[in-house]
Amino acid sequence: MKFKILPIFFTIIFLIIFLIFYKGLQNPNIYTPKNNIQKNIPSFKVRIFDTTNEINSKEIFKDNQFYLMNIWASWCVPCRDEHTFLLDLNDQKNIKIIGLNYKDNNRSAKKFLKELGNPYNVILLDEDGTIAIEWGAYGVPESFLIYNKKIIKKIIGPLNENLLQEIKELIE
Amino acid sequence: MKNLKFIIIFLIIFSFNFSNAQDIDLQSKISKNLRCLICQGQSIHDSDSEFANSIKILVANKLNEGFSEKQIYDYLKGKYGEWISYDPEFNKNTYFLWLLPILMFLIGGAIIAKLFIIKKN
Repeated sequence: MKFKILPIFFTIIFLIIFLIFYKGLQNPNIYTPKNNIQKNIPSFKVRIFDTTNEINSKEIFKDNQFYLMNIWASWCVPCRDEHTFLLDLNDQKNIKIIGLNYKDNNRSAKKFLKELGNPYNVILLDEDGTIAIEWGAYGVPESFLIYNKKIIKKIIGPLNENLLQEIKELIE
Repeated sequence: MKNLKFIIIFLIIFSFNFSNAQDIDLQSKISKNLRCLICQGQSIHDSDSEFANSIKILVANKLNEGFSEKQIYDYLKGKYGEWISYDPEFNKNTYFLWLLPILMFLIGGAIIAKLFIIKKN
């Protein structure tokens, strides 16, 4: 009796372990933070691009107004691709686009805007990347749709046709 | 007089180094406990991505502002979720993780007790 129980026991253990690993194979192993929707916008002091003026984040985002906060940099290739969508969105009346220039060089950033156009109402400056962390961002580009000082949608990666349409529907 | 000057200078240099070294130790301890979200599998301390470098600056800033180690972890968990920490909390998702070693230890102990102690008797 003792000799029969042991092989069965080991087979069951093996099957359980096999199943766990097999299931694990199908899971994506890249973690993306949960979309912190309905979270209040962070409060921070920030310099405005190409000036020495500092502004508090609470002064930028007013109630009853949609904002798209876009993190960009001139060295970021996907930012170039999404720029046309930002220009398109800027034509909409009920949304203001705020830029956050991430770890960029002032001259290249200006050149980037001159070349591709400037869709931003205000551009904030994030020299060391700590303001992007306040927003819970971890790369460029990333965008946040804001209404009444709350984040209502977070977009990781560049904007595209579908996302643009989605934003337009949300702000109507 | 010359000696006194020398001693004062000596003390100033070493006192500065001492406080700074402590801060750097804590800073690297915290950054070793944080996971980089860009190059997953590396800690913030090991990674040289833009994100990791920013987190390192942020940790240094927060320590200067007087944040404790736990407050910094909580702050970052609030922004990126629990995954950013290498030390998982004890909650309903991690019961199994935390209790399994204890359970295995107890079962192993029971088997050993059964095989050696009870058999002897």
